[in-house]
Amino acid sequence: MNAHDENRIKQLLKQALPPVESHAEPERDLWPAVLRRLDEDAAAAPRRTIAMPWFDWALLGGLVVFAVSFPATIPVFLYYL
Amino acid sequence: MPEGSNSVPGSVLHRFRQGDLDAFEELFREHQRPVYGWILRIVRNAAAAEDLTVETFWRIHRAHERFQPEYPFAPWARRIATRAALDWLRAQRPEVELTGDFAGTLSSASAGDPGITAEIRSKTALAFARLPPNLRAAAVLAVVEEQPHKEIAAALGITAGAVKLRVFRALRLLRKDLEQQGITP
Repeated sequence: MNAHDENRIKQLLKQALPPVESHAEPERDLWPAVLRRLDEDAAAAPRRTIAMPWFDWALLGGLVVFAVSFPATIPVFLYYL
Repeated sequence: MPEGSNSVPGSVLHRFRQGDLDAFEELFREHQRPVYGWILRIVRNAAAAEDLTVETFWRIHRAHERFQPEYPFAPWARRIATRAALDWLRAQRPEVELTGDFAGTLSSASAGDPGITAEIRSKTALAFARLPPNLRAAAVLAVVEEQPHKEIAAALGITAGAVKLRVFRALRLLRKDLEQQGITP
C-alpha cells in the first residue's frame, strides 16, 4: 500500500467515523453506579468463602453414615485425630 | 514520572492506595470525564461507554493496593479503561456495534468529500467494525481521534512503533475488505 492509498483510506475512515467531541461527558452521574458495583462485590465476597465443593459434602455425609452404622468406631477415629 | 504534591504521604493518591473511599470518590470526580471520553473514542457507543466507565473505576478500586502514588493516576486509569474497552469490543459482533447512536453518527458525518457517499461511509464503518479489536483501537485513536502515538502506546501497553504497525495493518485490512465489496479507495 503506497502513501497515496494510505491517505485515501485515512480520509475515508475519518468520513465514516467522525471524531468524538472533546467535551463529551456521561449523561448521568456514574458515582452511584460505581458504589452499587462495589457493594455488590462486597456482598458477593463472603458467599464465595463459604462455598463448599460437592465432594466435601459427600465425604461429610459418608462419615456421618459410617459413624451411625458403626458407633463403636467413633472412639477409634477420635483417638487417631 | 512523579506527580508532584500528590506523591506526598497523606495526599489523595496515598489515601486512595490505602483504600480510603473519600479519596477514591475525589479521584473519580476528577477523572470520570476524561476516562469516559477515552472509552467513548474506542467503543463509539455512549451507553456502553458509561457502563465501561463504571467497570473501569470498579477495576481501579479493586487494584488500589497495586497503585504507586509516586506515579500519575491518569495514565494508569487510561490503561485500565483501554483494557475494559477492548474486552467489550471482543465480546461484540460488528452488527451489534453499528446500532444506536453509532449508526446515527454515520448519517450526520460531515460530507467533506462529495465523492464519498453515505453508502461508502456505511460500508467503511462496517468493514472497520470487522477488524480485530487491537487494530481498531489503535487505528481509531491514531487516525480518527488524532491522539499522539506515545499516549496510545502507553494506554495499550505497547511501543509507539507497535502502534504505527497496528495502524498500518488496520488500514491495509480495511482496504482489502473494501476492495472485496467493490469499493476502490
